[in-house]
Amino acid sequence: MDNSLDSSHSASFWRKYVFSIDHKWIGIQYGITGLLFLLFGFCLMLLMRWQLAYPERPLPFFGAWFGELRMPEGVMLPEFYNQLGAMHGTIMIFLGVVPLAVGAFGNYFVPLQIGAPDMAFPRLNMASYWAYFLGGVTMLISFFVPGGAANSGWTSYPPLAVIATTGQTLWLFGMIFLITSSLLGSINFIVTIFQLRAPGMTLMRMPFFVWTQLTTAFLLLLAFPALEVAAILQLMDRLADTSFFMPSGLVVSGEIQDYSGGGSVLLYQHLFWFLAHPEVYVLILPAMGIITEIIANNTRKPIGGYKPMVYALVFLGFMSFVVWAHHMFLTGMGTAISSFFQATTMIISIPSIVILAALMLTLWGGSIRFNVPMLFALAFLPMFGIGGLTGLPLGLSTADIHLHDTYYVIGHFHYVVAPGTLFALFSGIYYWFPKVTGRKMNEFLGHLHFWPTFISMNIIFMPMLIQGLAGMSRRLWDGGLTYADTTPEGVLTGGILTAGIIGLHKVISMGAWTMALFQIPFIFNFFWSIWWGKKVTSDNPWEATTLEWAAPSPPPHGNFATVPVTYRGPYEYSVPDAERDFSPQFQETI
Amino acid sequence: MNLMNLLPLPELASAHGYKIDFIIYVVHGLMFALFVGWALFILYVLFRFHRRRHPKASYHGIHTHWSTGLEVFIAIFEVALLVGLSIPFWSSHVDAAPNRTDTVELRVVGEQFAWNVHYPGADGVFGKTDIIHIDQQSNPLGIDPNDPHGKDDITSPNLHLPIGRPAYIHLTSKDVIHCFSLPVMRVKQDVIPGMSIPVWFTPTKTGEFEIACAQLCGLGHYKMRAGLIIHSDEDFQSWLDEQAAASAVEYDDFFN
Amino acid sequence: MSDAIPYAVDIRPDTGLNNGKMGIWLFLASEVMLFGGLFSSYVLLRTGASHWPLGVDEGLNIWLGLVNTIVLITSSVTMVMAWASLKMQDFDKFKKFLGATLLLSCVFLVVKAFEYGGKFAHGSVPSKNTFLAIYFVLTGVHGLHIIGGMVVNGYFWGPGSKMWKTDPERFTGRIEIAGLYWHFVDLVWIFLFPVLYLL
Ligand code: HEA
Ligand code: HEA
Ligand code: CUA
Ligand SMILES: [Cu+2]
Repeated sequence: MDNSLDSSHSASFWRKYVFSIDHKWIGIQYGITGLLFLLFGFCLMLLMRWQLAYPERPLPFFGAWFGELRMPEGVMLPEFYNQLGAMHGTIMIFLGVVPLAVGAFGNYFVPLQIGAPDMAFPRLNMASYWAYFLGGVTMLISFFVPGGAANSGWTSYPPLAVIATTGQTLWLFGMIFLITSSLLGSINFIVTIFQLRAPGMTLMRMPFFVWTQLTTAFLLLLAFPALEVAAILQLMDRLADTSFFMPSGLVVSGEIQDYSGGGSVLLYQHLFWFLAHPEVYVLILPAMGIITEIIANNTRKPIGGYKPMVYALVFLGFMSFVVWAHHMFLTGMGTAISSFFQATTMIISIPSIVILAALMLTLWGGSIRFNVPMLFALAFLPMFGIGGLTGLPLGLSTADIHLHDTYYVIGHFHYVVAPGTLFALFSGIYYWFPKVTGRKMNEFLGHLHFWPTFISMNIIFMPMLIQGLAGMSRRLWDGGLTYADTTPEGVLTGGILTAGIIGLHKVISMGAWTMALFQIPFIFNFFWSIWWGKKVTSDNPWEATTLEWAAPSPPPHGNFATVPVTYRGPYEYSVPDAERDFSPQFQETI
Repeated sequence: MNLMNLLPLPELASAHGYKIDFIIYVVHGLMFALFVGWALFILYVLFRFHRRRHPKASYHGIHTHWSTGLEVFIAIFEVALLVGLSIPFWSSHVDAAPNRTDTVELRVVGEQFAWNVHYPGADGVFGKTDIIHIDQQSNPLGIDPNDPHGKDDITSPNLHLPIGRPAYIHLTSKDVIHCFSLPVMRVKQDVIPGMSIPVWFTPTKTGEFEIACAQLCGLGHYKMRAGLIIHSDEDFQSWLDEQAAASAVEYDDFFN
Repeated sequence: MSDAIPYAVDIRPDTGLNNGKMGIWLFLASEVMLFGGLFSSYVLLRTGASHWPLGVDEGLNIWLGLVNTIVLITSSVTMVMAWASLKMQDFDKFKKFLGATLLLSCVFLVVKAFEYGGKFAHGSVPSKNTFLAIYFVLTGVHGLHIIGGMVVNGYFWGPGSKMWKTDPERFTGRIEIAGLYWHFVDLVWIFLFPVLYLL
């Protein structure tokens, strides 16, 4: 709780680049680390996709890298597949997307958009990054302990996770670091947004992006402690032989287990999902915030219904605390409880629809510019639409009986997080790049990134919905071959998965590898543009209205030359009688 | 063309399953209509308001309340699904027991990575079980050798059932959480150690189907498959008799 | 160039708080969720258990618990007095009262250590049963909070108190924040004591 920024004027290398307390540099640290983890999580998935498409076939070339314990002669062991699955989920969510959406974009742009010189607690901000970093390192180390990384799914349900190998212990310690990081970060965001708004920046003049970060921070603040409890208790079960999650009378491989017993298996699931459902909104809300900025900017008109969107957002935040058990419909729920959670789940879909409808109606009457950030933002809409809509059958417990734990669920949430959230993040990177570096990213390479990625995302995830409807379970090492309707010799087995349904795995994997190929233009563009991209001639190259564009590019320490004053709402584009088609918040005359 | 074949759902072989399928179809209908509607809207708008065709944006945009109307409609539709279909199904089927006298009652116990089916035998009473009697090979369920009710019990790695009679199954697990999934019966239920959770369904087709495990339960999760064999009533009876004879021999061999 | 973070000391009119105060309230909200989660786990485990021993059955000493309750409540009082002394510009008194708070926290930990030691000696370890497991987790997490509070209070009693000379208003604010935290930790114990020792 420190308010001095002065130390870094003459700061040493360490102060400036490593233990920086400048929100912008911390944002960049979060951004780079997050992108690297995203890439890492992506690579884990590419490996899994080989095994799913070609079960038990040796992986050419790379296979030899992984050693006897993981891929003897290049063939992936189920042990390793399960590690990849659990760590892909964990890394993508907790080390990739959340740090990017909140740590990077939030850190960098929230203070700028509200006209603040920095975050309210710069040192806490630094601590939050380093806690995240340690959490990430812990997760990476876990791949190298005996038995490998955690292998009980990102959900880590006991008793499986309690009897699992050492990697699970590191997973739990890693999570405790990440929880600490989020906690420090969320306090900082809320205080910053409430306390450091520049003169004239009333709550109802805040850009929608800031609203989404505020809501997200509350979710992190209040939901993460539940996971902390779950992690502590599971650690106790693993290290001190307690039985919080272990019922009496377990017999594992014929051996009677030596536990005192009396614990509750479902307690863990309640604690976990009490966090993890709000967590999925942590993934999507900042994404909605980012694309709102970009859609308003590139339609050159105000968004259609700022207030309803804000109300819907806050309502969504509240509701996200009371839907968690829709992940647990099949744990033996009675009618009363299942009806309650079905009802709340249906209710929470309405504010999402309100926000999405408002964004889509914004397009009407606009003068739409199709630049790269806008393409990603526009693609977000139908992709999130598919992801959100496929949430509805899952939310009806009766339909969930057939769909639970199938690839339908995988398809559902990947549509929201991958072509949804990731597209919003890409969109944000292209959009704000000039502010951070003073240079623009290349448009052509941007198109070369967007179109193939957009198409492959659908080639990847649409077939998963089909596989799920056909009844294919998730987390299958052999991609469902055990459940094939005929053996390779052509004998009928009574299985439900036809060759066509299983064959879709090949299509999906091809899509994934193609997509990997077309990330190269992005990575190249990203680094190339930092040093050699086209310089922007103005601090406001997109002719936008929000306060971050009032600061120099890149903004100096302390952000603004003079404290900006806010004169109007965030999206005053094409105001009648104004001389230009944008009226920034920070200019007195329209 | 039959509308009910548009989605790639697996074959249906239970009496209640059509209700689940019906909900799935109705929701997907709604989803499809919404998606196509909005997609057409977006495509039109992107064309019509392209900067080239519409160089000057309108500050006020669209004046309409139909989106509110649409939202209200969706809300009503969702309530109808809940109150009309999903909740009634849950209370009348999932959260209830079959009320017929010809019900076949049995237990299924999951373990890494197999299913054990336990029939009460001719006396209709399950033998007592205790983990201290468990022997992976000969007595995977831990049936108490001193309990007379246990003498005629039948255990099987596959699930055999007669057609047309409700099967009422109590599910438990010996080790970790599994998920008892019978896709063709539209039955799926987590199998949780320390809890006994019932499910029931009435098979409507004879044939060989499968039990799948749908919850990650360790290395062998992917192959935790067992057979589900639906017999005609007579066949089922003769299967039971056969098993009873065989297990009586085994039982005597083992305990005497 | 605007150099300092606004409202680090003075109060922002529309929220009625300064940054630190708002920060600590948010932190406490999160802590409520943490201990709320632990208490809920306690309730769930207890209602699901076939047999639940009373604290005394497992060798908890009500009297020691009671002593510790009184110790903590007193330390909360001295914490308020420390802050009040600063408000009255009496730095020496502040030192005494904060010192007393620190001392009392030590007493609490020592008593707790004796209790733990006694239980370990009798084989009453966390793995013995679920009651002991949740007992050790609840009191352990609470104990960590006590230690955390002592580190903060110790800092303000020792090296951190230099700020009194340069920026007394800010320093008083910090003590108030540390106090809020300390009262919270105290309050948690007031819940823990009956739940674990008496019920
Ligand atoms: C960002 C992440 C995110 C988001 C936003 C959501 C949103 C929703 N989710 Fe999802 N969900 C996950 C991530 C997410 N989910 C994850 C990760 C899992 C699996 C965890 C695991 O088991 O590993 C999961 C699992 C999951 C389940 C459990 C399934 C099971 O295990 O059996 C359920 C059940 O109710 C559910 C429901 C919903 C609902 C009703 C919404 C609603 O909020 C959606 C509301 C949105 C809409 C209704 C869309 C509106 C669309 C339009 C208006 C049309 C637009 C059309 C065009 C533009 C063309 N989700
Ligand atoms: C935020 C969350 C997130 C994201 C983004 C993704 C992204 C993807 N996921 Fe993942 N996934 C999960 C969360 C996520 N996943 C979870 C929680 C599970 C469940 C785990 C479990 O069972 O426990 C899962 C499971 C899962 C499975 C099922 C495994 C199984 O059940 O056995 C599959 C199968 O194909 C899969 C595939 C993919 C694919 C193809 C993508 C693609 O969309 C990936 C796209 C990624 C990119 C395009 C990366 C781009 C990055 C860069 C270009 C980096 C640039 C770097 C610099 C500039 C430095 N995922
Ligand atoms: Cu048993 Cu998966
Ligand atoms: Cu959810």
